[in-house]
Amino acid sequence: MYEFVRGPLALIAFIIFFAGSIYRIAYMLKGAKKDKIVFSHMSWKHSLASLVHWLIPFNNQYMRRRPIFTVVTFAFHICLVIGPLLLLGHVMLIQESWNISWWTLSETLVDWMTVVVIAGAAFFLYRRLSDPVVKNVTDSSDYILLAITVLPFITGFVAYHQLFAYKTMLIIHILAGEIMLIAIPFTRLSHMLFFAFTRTYYGSESGLVRHSKDW
Amino acid sequence: MKPTVVKRDLVEDYAIDEGVKKLTPERIEKVVNDVIDNETAGRLWTYLNTCIHCGLCAEACQWYISNDRDVSYAPVTKVKDTIWPMIEKKGKVDAEFIKRAAVISFTECSVCRRCGMYCPFGIDIAYMLLMVRRICARLDMVPLYLQDTVHSHAATMNQMWVKPDEWIDTLQWQEEEAQGYVPTSRIPLEKEGAEIMYSVIGPEPKFLAQLLGNISVIMKVADQDWTMPAYAGWDNSNMAMYSGDFEVMARVERLHHETAQRLKVKKIVMGECGHAFRGAEYDGPTWLGWMSPPIPLIHAIEFYEELLRTGRIKIAKKIEGPVTVQDPCNVVRNRGLGDKLRYIMNAVCEDFVDVSPNKRFNYCCNAGGGVINCGPPWKKKRVEGNRIKAEQLKRTGAHTVVTPCHNCHSGIEDIVDTFKLGMHVKFFSELLIEAMDIPANLKA
Repeated sequence: MYEFVRGPLALIAFIIFFAGSIYRIAYMLKGAKKDKIVFSHMSWKHSLASLVHWLIPFNNQYMRRRPIFTVVTFAFHICLVIGPLLLLGHVMLIQESWNISWWTLSETLVDWMTVVVIAGAAFFLYRRLSDPVVKNVTDSSDYILLAITVLPFITGFVAYHQLFAYKTMLIIHILAGEIMLIAIPFTRLSHMLFFAFTRTYYGSESGLVRHSKDW
Repeated sequence: MKPTVVKRDLVEDYAIDEGVKKLTPERIEKVVNDVIDNETAGRLWTYLNTCIHCGLCAEACQWYISNDRDVSYAPVTKVKDTIWPMIEKKGKVDAEFIKRAAVISFTECSVCRRCGMYCPFGIDIAYMLLMVRRICARLDMVPLYLQDTVHSHAATMNQMWVKPDEWIDTLQWQEEEAQGYVPTSRIPLEKEGAEIMYSVIGPEPKFLAQLLGNISVIMKVADQDWTMPAYAGWDNSNMAMYSGDFEVMARVERLHHETAQRLKVKKIVMGECGHAFRGAEYDGPTWLGWMSPPIPLIHAIEFYEELLRTGRIKIAKKIEGPVTVQDPCNVVRNRGLGDKLRYIMNAVCEDFVDVSPNKRFNYCCNAGGGVINCGPPWKKKRVEGNRIKAEQLKRTGAHTVVTPCHNCHSGIEDIVDTFKLGMHVKFFSELLIEAMDIPANLKA
C-alpha cells in the first residue's frame, strides 16, 4: 500500500496537479480573450502596484482595519505553501524519486508551521460557523475544501510525532496530500492559481482605465 | 445552499409585478443561458471559481452596515441570491427567483464598486450585479421608473422626454437669466470648432435649469470658447447603462461622442454628474470597444480645478462656515478625482471640513447606480438603507454639503430630509457663482 501511494499515485497526483493547473489557466485565458477588453485593460505597472499592496501584510487600508484576520490569513497561507515545500522529509522523497533537491528548513520550524496551519484552519472554521455573513454563504463544499486543505497537515503532524499507528498514518497523510494536489485546479482552491490574475486585472482596470487605486 | 432569509416591506412596482406574471421557465432558462454563455466569459467564470465565500466584502457595503448588518444586504449574499443559482441550475430558476434577483440588483445595490476594493482577490462584485441586471432587462423585469428613462433615451436620446423645442427654449431662458448677472453671457449653440462642448444630463433642463444659467456666467467670466449642441446628443446621461439595456446604452454614448466630433471641438466638458461620466468615459467606451473616448472628456471637477488653479476664475469672497463634500463614487473611487475635488473645495470655502472615510473609501449616496431612478416606490428602503451616510455627514457639523454629482445631490437631499440633518445640499457651481469674482467690466 505504502509503495503504491508513495510511488505511482504520487506521480499521478503531481501530473494531474500540474497539467490540471495549466489547463485551467489556459481555459481562463481563453475566456479572458473572449471577454475582449481584459487584455487591453491590463498594465504591468498597475498590476504590480496592486500585488505589492495586497501581498504585503497591512499594506492596504482594509488589512489595517482587520488586524486579526490579516495576521491569521497571512500566517496560514505562508505556512501552508512554504512548510511542505521546504520539509526535509518531502525533499528527500523527491530526491529519491527524481534526483532533484533543494534547501530545507529545520524540522522543528516546519512542525510549528504545521501547527499554525491547523490553528488557522480552526479559525476559518470558527468564522464560518459564527459570522452570520459567512455562515449564510457557506455550504458543504466550503467545509469539504477546508477539510481537504487541513487534513494533510493534521495527518502529517500525527505521523511525524508518531502519536499512533505510524505506518497507517503515513499512508493516510500521503493520500490526503495527493487529494489536495488533485483538488487545487478543479475546485475553488484554484484561487491559488487565479489570485494573481484577478488581482492584477482589478488593479489594472482601477489604475489604467479608471485612474484610481484598488487598495 | 439555502436561500437567504429576507425581511422587507412589501413594495409595489407595476413593471416588476406585471413582468413576473409573463415569465415562463423556458424563457428564463433561454435568457439566463444566453447571457452567461454569450455575453460573459473569462471574468465571470474566474470570479466564480475564485470566490472562497469569505464574506470580507460585507464591511464595504453601506446597505449592509446601515441595516444593522443584515446579512441579506451583504455583497456576497447579493451574489449568492442571484447569479450563483442561475449558473448552478443552468438557468432553471423560477419567476419568483428572477423577481427577487431584480429587486436585489436594481434596488439594493448601487454598483458603486466599494466592495471590489475590499475583496482580497479583487473580484468585481458590481460587475456581477450588472450582469444580473442585464438578465433582468432581457426578461423585461426592470423597475417601472427606471425603464421609463430608458424608453426616453431610446426615443428622444435624452433621459427626461425633453422635446427639441423645449431644449432650445430652456437654454434661451437660462441665457437671459445669466444676463441678469453678466449682461454679455451667452449660451453659444452649434458653434463649430469651439474649444469646448459642454454637455449636461437630461434632468438639468427639466428640473434644474438654473445650473445652465450658472455655467453661462462661469464660462463668460472664465472667458472660455464653448458651445452646446442644439440637437439630440446634448444629454450625456445614460440610464440604459444601469438598466442592463446595453444596446440603448451604446446608442446614447455613441451619439454623445459623435456630436462632439460633429462640432469639431477639442474636448467635452460635462456638468456635475457621476454616472454620466462613468458612461461616457469608461463603461460606454468599454462596451463600444474603445480604450478611451475619441475626444477627451473632462468632468466639471477637473474643469473647475483648472480654472481656479490657473487663475481664470478668481475668488472674491470665500463661503463662510463649515462646508463638507460628498465624493461621488464614479468620479472619485472610479476616477481618482478626490484630490482635485479637495483643491476646489478649499479654494472656495473658508472652512472645508472633510468627511471620514473620504475619497475612494467614501460611502455611496445610495442613489447612484440607477437606484434613485427606480422611483418613489423604492425610496424608503434606499434612504433608510444609508443611515451610515447621515451619521458621517452629521459628524462634520457642516451647514452645507457639496455634491458634484446629480444622483448624489438628490440622494443626499433625501438623507438630509429623512434624518433631519438641517444641511443645505448644493452643487459646486452654486458655491462658485456665489464666491467668484466678477470683473468690473463684465458687471451689469
